Amino acid sequence: MKTIKLLSLSLLATLLFSACSDDDEAPQVINEEEEITTLNVYLTPDNDTESLTFSFTDLDGGVSEPTIVNNGLQANTSYTGRIEFLNENESPVENITDEVIAEAEEHQVFFITETGLDVTIDYLDFDDNDDPLGVEFRLVAESVSSGNLTFILIHEGNKSTPEADGETDIEVTFDVTVE
Amino acid sequence: MFQKFILLCLFLSVHLSVSAQNYNLTISGQIIDKHDNSNLQGAVIAINDSNTVVYSDENGNYKLENLCPGDLILKVTHPYCEPQTKKVTLKGNSVINFRLEHHLEELNEVLLKGKLYDKNLNSSISNQIKTEELENFSNASLGDALKTLSGVSSLNTGSSIVKPIIQGLHSSRVLIINDNVRLHDQQWGEDHAPNVDINSAANVTVIKGASALKYGGDAVGGTIVIEPQKAPLKDTLMGKTILTGATNGRGGTLATSLIKANSNGFNYRIQGSLKRLGDLESPNYQLTNTGQRENNISLGIGLNKIDYGIDFSYKLTNSEIGILRAAHIGNITDLEISINRQIPNFIDDFSYSITSPKQEVTHQIFKLSTFKKLKGIGEVNLQYSFQNNDRQEFDVRRGELRDKPAMDMNLKTHTLLAQLEWTALENFDSNFGVELNAQTNLPNPDTGVRRLIPDYDMYSVGAFATTEYDLSNKWKVDAGIRYDFSAIDAEKFYFESRWEQLNYDEIFPQFETNRIENGQIFTTPNFDYHNVSGTIGATHTFANDWQLITNLSSASRAPNPSELFSDGLHHSLARIELGELQIDSEQSFKIGAELQGTVDNFGFSLQPYYNHINNFIILEPSGADTSIRGAFPVWQYRQSDSRLFGVDASASYTYRNFDLVSNLAYVNGQDLEQDLPLINMPPFNIRNALTYRKTEWNNFYISFISQLVTEQNRFSDNNFDVRIINRTTGEFEEKEVDISTPPEAYHLLDIRSGMQFEFGKKRLQINLIVNNMLNASYRSYLNALRFYADEVGTNAMLQLKLNY
Repeated sequence: MKTIKLLSLSLLATLLFSACSDDDEAPQVINEEEEITTLNVYLTPDNDTESLTFSFTDLDGGVSEPTIVNNGLQANTSYTGRIEFLNENESPVENITDEVIAEAEEHQVFFITETGLDVTIDYLDFDDNDDPLGVEFRLVAESVSSGNLTFILIHEGNKSTPEADGETDIEVTFDVTVE
Repeated sequence: MFQKFILLCLFLSVHLSVSAQNYNLTISGQIIDKHDNSNLQGAVIAINDSNTVVYSDENGNYKLENLCPGDLILKVTHPYCEPQTKKVTLKGNSVINFRLEHHLEELNEVLLKGKLYDKNLNSSISNQIKTEELENFSNASLGDALKTLSGVSSLNTGSSIVKPIIQGLHSSRVLIINDNVRLHDQQWGEDHAPNVDINSAANVTVIKGASALKYGGDAVGGTIVIEPQKAPLKDTLMGKTILTGATNGRGGTLATSLIKANSNGFNYRIQGSLKRLGDLESPNYQLTNTGQRENNISLGIGLNKIDYGIDFSYKLTNSEIGILRAAHIGNITDLEISINRQIPNFIDDFSYSITSPKQEVTHQIFKLSTFKKLKGIGEVNLQYSFQNNDRQEFDVRRGELRDKPAMDMNLKTHTLLAQLEWTALENFDSNFGVELNAQTNLPNPDTGVRRLIPDYDMYSVGAFATTEYDLSNKWKVDAGIRYDFSAIDAEKFYFESRWEQLNYDEIFPQFETNRIENGQIFTTPNFDYHNVSGTIGATHTFANDWQLITNLSSASRAPNPSELFSDGLHHSLARIELGELQIDSEQSFKIGAELQGTVDNFGFSLQPYYNHINNFIILEPSGADTSIRGAFPVWQYRQSDSRLFGVDASASYTYRNFDLVSNLAYVNGQDLEQDLPLINMPPFNIRNALTYRKTEWNNFYISFISQLVTEQNRFSDNNFDVRIINRTTGEFEEKEVDISTPPEAYHLLDIRSGMQFEFGKKRLQINLIVNNMLNASYRSYLNALRFYADEVGTNAMLQLKLNY
């Protein structure tokens, strides 16, 4: 009986000790590291300077309204374009575009133009298998028109299929006007 | 020499018989059952080398008379006990008591009785799986084995993550007790399989409802009690090895166990298993990234002295489980595409490699337990256990984060359990107990993904009292009550925007701190819960030995951390899940009954039930968020009074060498406030097993098992409309995403056959098991990945089992 008492006391002590000895430090904040908060599309018209034409910023996973930049396109103009993916919740801001380029074989940007929008887009960059990547592209705005322009970043897709059948990392649609 | 010996014997006997005439000494005493201190009637007390024999009376008393002084040897035997001999030097009248031990066979039963959940003890509605059936599932999981019981289904994530559902309820509503330790392994998650090595179980009991109060008061669904092989009280070395090879997954399982026992009560046990499986295969395609690896070991050492004992055990389960690659999706468009595509979008050649998405889980249990029988009182038990659960979930990520888990949580639980089984009153068997728990959840902040479940400390205290009373041979009644108090202290970062969106800034300003970093507010939610649960029931045995059991139980469950704090994207379902801090405990009131009996070769069991649950916690769609990834439906926890009713039935029929066993189960769940069916209710199902046995042919048997699962016609319509871009035309389209419609009915045929060979003391059993023999392609309503791929096709397994 005495042994049992002793045993129970020591067990209780262990229990209390281990329960209380856990670190009481407050947890640190986690910023989503791989998350893309921001899509920036920079366009450079031939013989002109680069400007931020489209931008979509969502810092909290869609809880509050996103910040959107949407400048129109000029008719009969050819642009070279580049896309930038940022994580603005990290400080300093993390540029995820570099990772996308480094893992070009696993990524592809898709450009979907609505039928009524007179815009064509061609890939300017390719991965090691000569499949398109789409961080750099040529955009040609033809006649005056308007419609949806959607940028989709697909991860680990099958590039041999037209829609790259993969996982969507980003999908942003802008209502674009060609003036 | 031999002549001298004869002479000596003659002399002795003459001496004895002579002295018997001349002296008048007595030996008296009592024969007592060492096990439960009861008096043993009918024990034979004999004096060696004489004809003197007496029997103990109904009080265990005996008396030997007309004895002469000198040395003599007493031998005490009893039909149920180990014989005992004692050398006595008689000088005057003596009192000698004997405490006898039960025979080994019966001893094992009795020893187990206190610890094993004995279904005859109270009015619990329960079913049991024995070792022989469990061994067929050596290469599968606990959930797969339990599914063979009527009224038990499984909630799957793929085919390797299998959670048991008892009469429609699962996860936090089902307690899992492994070797008398309640598992704390983040059981709240629907994609978290219980961390139990099925190869370590000797038998498993499923208690339907909350009547097993000693394990917890929150068993709204039920309790699963897993018992390992116990060491017998004799000198022996028992070994068992099972090797299973499977065609589907091109791998198998090796399981082995060894028990060394001694008649002095000292024993040690070692058990382990290894499982290696590659990608599984559905009838039409490979299920890419569905391999799994498991390493399990358990060790034990104990001293069992019948009236006291002490035991230490350690269990480790470690598993790495691949999740179907195609089930990791980015947004609702991907989900919509998957549902309509019918085949997965990632199909690779067979591989043993396991890549992201995957889970890596390690669970450890340390247990120290001791018991002591107290004369005239009963038995006290004291048990301390420590559980350490590490869970890592890997998502498909890029760059340096590729090999970093997206979720990495450590859950530590200390439990102290003190119990008294009080048997002093005749016909009463009562249990009193106190349970103390201290739990800490520590998510690793290095994942680079916001915590799904926050840091928290939880303390709980429970106290219970149960009693069983034998009214007569025909009637037994039982009752019990339990109270649990739990306090949870959490520390969590909310996006300020979410905190305000949920109105928490007004409801819970006391949880706010001044610490705000990168748009996230640090909060300290803490809650206390008081829960009272109880059970009352009766068992009646009819003259024809039929039995009617009725049981009324009430379980009360405090919300789990997932229901309170979830806050994030659930990848395989493409939905944002939000906990609700205002959720309160749910309370069930369940009435269950069982009628069981036999008529000649026909046996049956009927188990109807009705379960009313106040404030049932439900996860349901509440709107949509549009993020940079696209649109996502938001699911939130809500409480609603609900009810479930149903019936589990089984029947068996034996004719010559054939026997037929049928099980069926029906459950009907309804949200009473919204008047809508509850989600994820198991559809009506029937299982028939026809077996032919021929003992003469090395215990040959062959079984045909047919399983029919109907389509679930009662489901909640959680379909939602989303505006998504048509990836061809570039136009927005309004689309209904059908996540509710259950898949069609399916029928599966399994075959099992086997023979047994004996080599001296060794026994070799060879089994052939073929699951889904017709290679049916089907999807299950209760599989979270049913939107992405078919279930597995034919799996043929060869199993060798050696007992030594």
